[in-house]
Amino acid sequence: MLDEGNKPLVSVKDLKMHFPIFAGLLRRRVGEVKAVDGVSFDVMEGETLGLVGESGCGKSTCGRAVLRLYDITSGSIEIDNREIGATPQTELRGMRPTMQMVFQDPQASLNPRMTVEDIIKEPLDEHTTGTDAEKREKVGELMDAVGLNRKFAKRYPHAFSGGQRQRIGIARALALNPKFIVCDEPIAALDVSIQAQVVNLLEDLQEQFGLTYLFISHDLSMVRHIATRVAVMYLGKIVELAPREALYAEPLHPYTKALLSAVPEPDPSLARATERIILQGDVPSPSNPPEGCNFCTRCPSVMDICKRVEPDYREVHPGRFTACHLYNDTNDTAGQTAGHEAQELTNKENLE
Amino acid sequence: MPDGALPVLDVRDLKTVFQTRGGEVHAVNDVSFSLKPGELLGVVGESGSGKSVTMMSLLGLLPSPPADVRNGTVTFDGMDLLNVTPEQLRSVRGGKIGFVFQDPMTSLNPVYQVGFQIMEPLRKHMGMNKREAAKRAQELLELVGIPDAKRRLDDYPHQFSGGMRQRVMIAIALACDPQVLIADEPTTALDVTIQAQILELMKELRDKLGMAVIWITHDLGVIAGIADRVMVMYGGQVVEHAPVQELFGNPQHPYTRALLKTIPSIAGERAARLTVIEGQPPIMAGAPTSCPFRDRCDVAMDRCAVQNPPRYDLGDGHDAACFYDARTGGPRDA
Repeated sequence: MLDEGNKPLVSVKDLKMHFPIFAGLLRRRVGEVKAVDGVSFDVMEGETLGLVGESGCGKSTCGRAVLRLYDITSGSIEIDNREIGATPQTELRGMRPTMQMVFQDPQASLNPRMTVEDIIKEPLDEHTTGTDAEKREKVGELMDAVGLNRKFAKRYPHAFSGGQRQRIGIARALALNPKFIVCDEPIAALDVSIQAQVVNLLEDLQEQFGLTYLFISHDLSMVRHIATRVAVMYLGKIVELAPREALYAEPLHPYTKALLSAVPEPDPSLARATERIILQGDVPSPSNPPEGCNFCTRCPSVMDICKRVEPDYREVHPGRFTACHLYNDTNDTAGQTAGHEAQELTNKENLE
Repeated sequence: MPDGALPVLDVRDLKTVFQTRGGEVHAVNDVSFSLKPGELLGVVGESGSGKSVTMMSLLGLLPSPPADVRNGTVTFDGMDLLNVTPEQLRSVRGGKIGFVFQDPMTSLNPVYQVGFQIMEPLRKHMGMNKREAAKRAQELLELVGIPDAKRRLDDYPHQFSGGMRQRVMIAIALACDPQVLIADEPTTALDVTIQAQILELMKELRDKLGMAVIWITHDLGVIAGIADRVMVMYGGQVVEHAPVQELFGNPQHPYTRALLKTIPSIAGERAARLTVIEGQPPIMAGAPTSCPFRDRCDVAMDRCAVQNPPRYDLGDGHDAACFYDARTGGPRDA
């Protein structure tokens, strides 16, 4: 499918990001919010890994932690063959050009007092040498690439619409020729007709510059469109990771099944025919997750073991990972690393 | 949906204009629709298409100035809601017409217990005493599926999750047995699994209580699953209006057709590339003299630039405001 998609560009192992809770007069530490609690995945070169889940499941925290926008609690993150899990922030600064981010809210992530040109030029000033004229030319090229009129370079963000602002954010992320971009809900704040424009742009840029995306979204139908593989998160953990077609055609984890069945289908005859799995209750608090499986409080096929033992996240079919006791009896392929398996899978796809 | 029944709510030629420093913004332009008892009318449109402003104008919820409801009639219960005294309007709002707002986080008062907030309309509109109102409030919370309702009456909004808060909002809107419930993007701020819960609840309540519902959303998927009839709005106007099967199966307005192609589906064929509606939504300055969708339309004609198309009746309760006839592939004769 993708020529370069055979080795992982990003490799995350057992990533944990816990935020402390302080309470009381003395602001003592009374607990922690386990926003991301032991997540492992690889992102292959040139692919788009979709990361989906409901609000509060930790998907955005995960995306930010992978770029080390936080000091992570534990775990390892390898980007482009460099381990950055424990690298101090000062040293990370030099590595930022390879890894960039597109934020959710294009309104809040652009400085209202800077012109578009200054916004896109800022990373160039920070990380590259060259004359001002060269940088300006580069800004012009970037604006062309994302479909913004060069004539608007001296305008301020408020003069642009939501979709155009998101294009500015994308141009800024592209400025340093990154290899890896985390897109954190880049289309959530946009109207339906504008969403498609931005998604098409992201796809074009991926092809043009050979980018690798971690695409975080709660919009399952859009993720189906853009992602090569999809990871589903629930309460700080990945419950299922699979190639796109397999995940949507035959979801394994009960949560994935419920999530997919809850997506409204824009076809009235189909929408009324599909049987919905309506989950009861709400997501438990990540500061006090249930014992055993995190999903056991809402799972329609819950068993006794689920309330006691936490299921392992493992490969149940080639290329398909899930953490659920329902698949305990399937062949255990433990010992092989996630990356290795996913690699084989992408190789297979290449042959097809 | 009962055919031939008298509409419970009838809106004709509603026009709302905002006075701004940059001039007049025509947010709602001659919007007409009617709602039959027990019917669920879906209103779809992008942000700024005028769907919320339409509903707020007919209940007098817009601050004036800057808003100015210039024209139109809103017939409800033998009254024209645009020409009644503020007292009469207040007796309708929250009483016979319930309203669920988009954001459950900000539409409840954080310093009052939810029980108090549910009891408020009961005591105002139904003249109940405190004990009766408390009993009814508990029933309402049970109706919308909040467990342990009696104890939760004493809780404050922050003690509820987003989905639960939206249920409380629905309970308040349902408090006085409304004939019409207007729900303005009630599930947009919620996650899909919670949204599915609320949608099921609404369908159930509509069948049980027999009220008419206006459901405003930008999500065509939600509409497909819940509505009887759909009204598509663009640039402050109704561009297409049809029964739900007809709208999705046989869309006539270029905007509706483009919108349906833009959204990726979770089932079915996966398109290699998303269809895009090029350009930006219109800025509704000044009275409309041309079709608002003209600049983004792939079948625009000369006429579209000089005349605003009226809503052509296409039969079977289907109408579209477009000079292009998708059935014949040519211009429509007026």
